Amino acid sequence: MSILTKTLPLTASLAAALTLAAAQTAHADEAMEKCYGVAMAGQNDCAAGPGTTCAGTSTKDYQGNAWKFVPAGTCEGIETPMGMGSLEPIKM
Amino acid sequence: MPSHETFLSAFRSGIFGAGLPVGVTARNPDEAERRFAVYRNNVLHSLTEALAARFPVVARLVGAEFFAAMARVFAEAHPPESPMLFDWGGAFPGFLEEFPPVAGLPYLPDVARLERARGRAYHAADAEPLPPAALAEAAGRADRIALGLHPSVALITSGHAIHAIWAGNQPGVTPGPISDRPETVLVLRDRTLEVPVWRLGPGEAAFCAALLARRPLLAAAEAALTTDPQFAPQELLARLQRAGALISIEEDAQ
Repeated sequence: MSILTKTLPLTASLAAALTLAAAQTAHADEAMEKCYGVAMAGQNDCAAGPGTTCAGTSTKDYQGNAWKFVPAGTCEGIETPMGMGSLEPIKM
Repeated sequence: MPSHETFLSAFRSGIFGAGLPVGVTARNPDEAERRFAVYRNNVLHSLTEALAARFPVVARLVGAEFFAAMARVFAEAHPPESPMLFDWGGAFPGFLEEFPPVAGLPYLPDVARLERARGRAYHAADAEPLPPAALAEAAGRADRIALGLHPSVALITSGHAIHAIWAGNQPGVTPGPISDRPETVLVLRDRTLEVPVWRLGPGEAAFCAALLARRPLLAAAEAALTTDPQFAPQELLARLQRAGALISIEEDAQ
């Protein structure tokens, strides 16, 4: 089998794979946003990540400077006993 | 009175060894040694906790008591070099290879490598994923391009079943029987800032290794097919794109 006859189908299959990957993202883009003021005490997410001292360290429910990841577009619709969720840190 | 630098250096050897650093005093000098021991203990305890938080599966595999004792030995041999503790522990997998008491757990160093890769992935630089349109547009040049992967992407190849061991020792999971076999995993930080661990087949592993080496896409697929004649790139490329791991297209890759 020549290099060309092996390579052409493979290139075609890669092209199909890239097109498919691009199409999939358009449907399955699971965007998230940081939402302040909605996390219960000790359940905040954190950019510093697991193994550091930040995740899970908020000391109050709905702490204004602590955030959780929520699906994009839903943050400001989250109502807590302290008010609505916010895309910016809430001054305490 | 010693210089600040001399004092810091003495203080540090006092933390990781015995003896009172020069310049440490107390109102009652007899108490200085005992008081400093409290400090030393706090530092080592904090470091033990930090290491256990960074390597939770290793800690679970050997048990908390054993891990705490081992962490002290590690902290003395490889104290943190930066105040940023998330970066500490790079030497831990190598340490485990040389630490005789865990010689009976040959998979432990690679499990630690996996956990280290997860920590690094979590803190890796941000990179904007390729827009779908750019990927679709590049499809026609699949034979000439290379794909750049997100800085969080890491590949860990092991002679042991590190994915099964890792997954079976997550919080709340009761590990079942594991048949040991070679496994390769891919670690990345996805669009939602989760850090999943994917087990890759032999073809997928060869494909990802070639992508990480910036080989052209076609060469990567050829390498994968040589390893596994059944390899098909569709699923893996779609998964990488969904996770936001494809970040750039390099034209005319060699």
